[in-house]
Amino acid sequence: MLFSKLPAFWIALAISAITFTGCDKDDSSPTTTTGTLDVEMENMVGTSPLALNTGNYTTEAGDHFTVTTFNYYISNIKLTKADGSAFVQPESYYLVKESDAASHHFTIPDVPVGDYTGITFTIGVDSLHNVFGAQTGALDPSNNMFWSWNTGYIFLKMEGTSPESPSKALVFHVGGFMKPYNAIRTVSPSFNGKTVMVRTDHSPEIHFHADVLKLFTGMRFADTGSTSHSAGANAVRVANNYSAGMFTVDHIHAN
Amino acid sequence: MLRLGFILLATGLAGCLAGCQPDADVLQPETVPGALLPTNFPAPVYTLETNPPTQEAFELGRTLFYDPRLSRDNQVSCGSCHQQYAAFAHADHRVSHGVDGLLGTRNAPALQNLRWKKTFFWDGGPQNLEMLPLAPITNPVEMDETLENVLRKLNADPKYQERFAKVYGQSPINSQQFLRALAQFLASLTSANSRYDHYARQEAGGQLNETELRGRTLVAQKCAACHATDLFSDESFRNNGLNKSFAADSGRAHITSLPADQGRFKVPSLRNVMLTAPYMHDGRFQTLAQVLDHYDKGVVDSPTLDPLLRQTNGRLGIALSAQEKSDLLAFLATLTDEQFTKDKRLAERQP
Repeated sequence: MLFSKLPAFWIALAISAITFTGCDKDDSSPTTTTGTLDVEMENMVGTSPLALNTGNYTTEAGDHFTVTTFNYYISNIKLTKADGSAFVQPESYYLVKESDAASHHFTIPDVPVGDYTGITFTIGVDSLHNVFGAQTGALDPSNNMFWSWNTGYIFLKMEGTSPESPSKALVFHVGGFMKPYNAIRTVSPSFNGKTVMVRTDHSPEIHFHADVLKLFTGMRFADTGSTSHSAGANAVRVANNYSAGMFTVDHIHAN
Repeated sequence: MLRLGFILLATGLAGCLAGCQPDADVLQPETVPGALLPTNFPAPVYTLETNPPTQEAFELGRTLFYDPRLSRDNQVSCGSCHQQYAAFAHADHRVSHGVDGLLGTRNAPALQNLRWKKTFFWDGGPQNLEMLPLAPITNPVEMDETLENVLRKLNADPKYQERFAKVYGQSPINSQQFLRALAQFLASLTSANSRYDHYARQEAGGQLNETELRGRTLVAQKCAACHATDLFSDESFRNNGLNKSFAADSGRAHITSLPADQGRFKVPSLRNVMLTAPYMHDGRFQTLAQVLDHYDKGVVDSPTLDPLLRQTNGRLGIALSAQEKSDLLAFLATLTDEQFTKDKRLAERQP
């Protein structure tokens, strides 16, 4: 799991500042009891689990393809309760890479106990963090999800091959946060009436499916402009596709 | 505050005693270049608080800037194409020269007053000073290296390990430390001590003669709509009439994918312009006289030509008489900042 974090230096500084000034700790305020929530992202092609390099797949339009790289950012996670109140996870940036099994699972810490009925997250990275400067963890530019010639993260990177592609290659580098080609998309996959019960003594898990086929809705690989190397209309088209149901909740473990 | 100052001083002193800086050209610890903001400049974008200048971090950035190990073949440093005597532009080179003698497509811009820029490069692609170096480092015709490899090389060098640990207090050296250290040097490149600056700030040595003053008035009348403020650029992107079409380099449109941005390039500063030949994004003009001639009678029409270059009578460009051109050149010469181009603290260390 790759997660964004403040530089340890600043944390250390903050801790020492607290240590040195923290004589007036207020114990009277009630502490919220918290638990954790696990998330699993399972990448699929239709109903089959995605297999990098070896899997041969067919789009809804009938084009054939393989996948060599499939990475994307999940960020700004918000959990909502039936009464409309919400828990927003601070500094939540996760990079899911199909090639890195550990990145398919992550744990959201410090979730106030309660019954959650919905989740909202950004596919990609918010505009503020696109221009933030040098960051670490999931947002480290050495994860190769940052355009060097143009400030901004690649929100989703899918690479592969297709006999129908004029160059035989598939390259979908989707990003961009400036109008009119803002590719930041926020989704709220349904829990299908289920409830996620966060408690101190057990950690529920939401198991998502992310369906690669949903990238290509209404697309033929032979079309000029089906690839996406930069922010622009092609990236927005793919972003519109993946925000329309690529992520679904497959099941929820109560644990 | 006093105590903090003392600690910084003591840390600096310890650093010197530890002998990691063999060179004698390190000045007093309190004089990190660029740590004072010129009073005739607007507020900076990359504020001092963003990455507070310290002597050790600055010196680390300085070493990195001149280290050819940032390139794939260990031959090309940032300083290779950004020479101090040319205000950190590449003198006499039309376009950038990278590894294996490869040529880039654009003229290396002067690195000066970067702290005040919202965007970088001719097309404004990078939007944060810390992320700027990623492009030349990874560009196949410039340094052609990966960030991972750079970090591998730095982490394999005990001197770098020691110096980074001293500044950031943790190891191994990561991309954030590397980029922020390099940004310390880039942010320090403040050019604000030309004769014009002394004039603008009413300081000693700030006299302009009559020709120069006429030139200054002309700049205000005919150039300042783009070359604005004492930074002499409004940081906008404009099509200044170089070509009919921009198939070879779409400029700002390369970043925005917008047809309206075809052929628009960043307005460069006029500071140190006497030192930064050749001119324009493709380095097509060798002299400033050619540049002035272009604006006078060389402007080419195209759909995105800047409206300021389209006069009401249908004539294109900015009419300039011979007298006006010579007055302008006299004023532009007052923007040369030798304190900046000769500041030893910004130079490559001599082994």
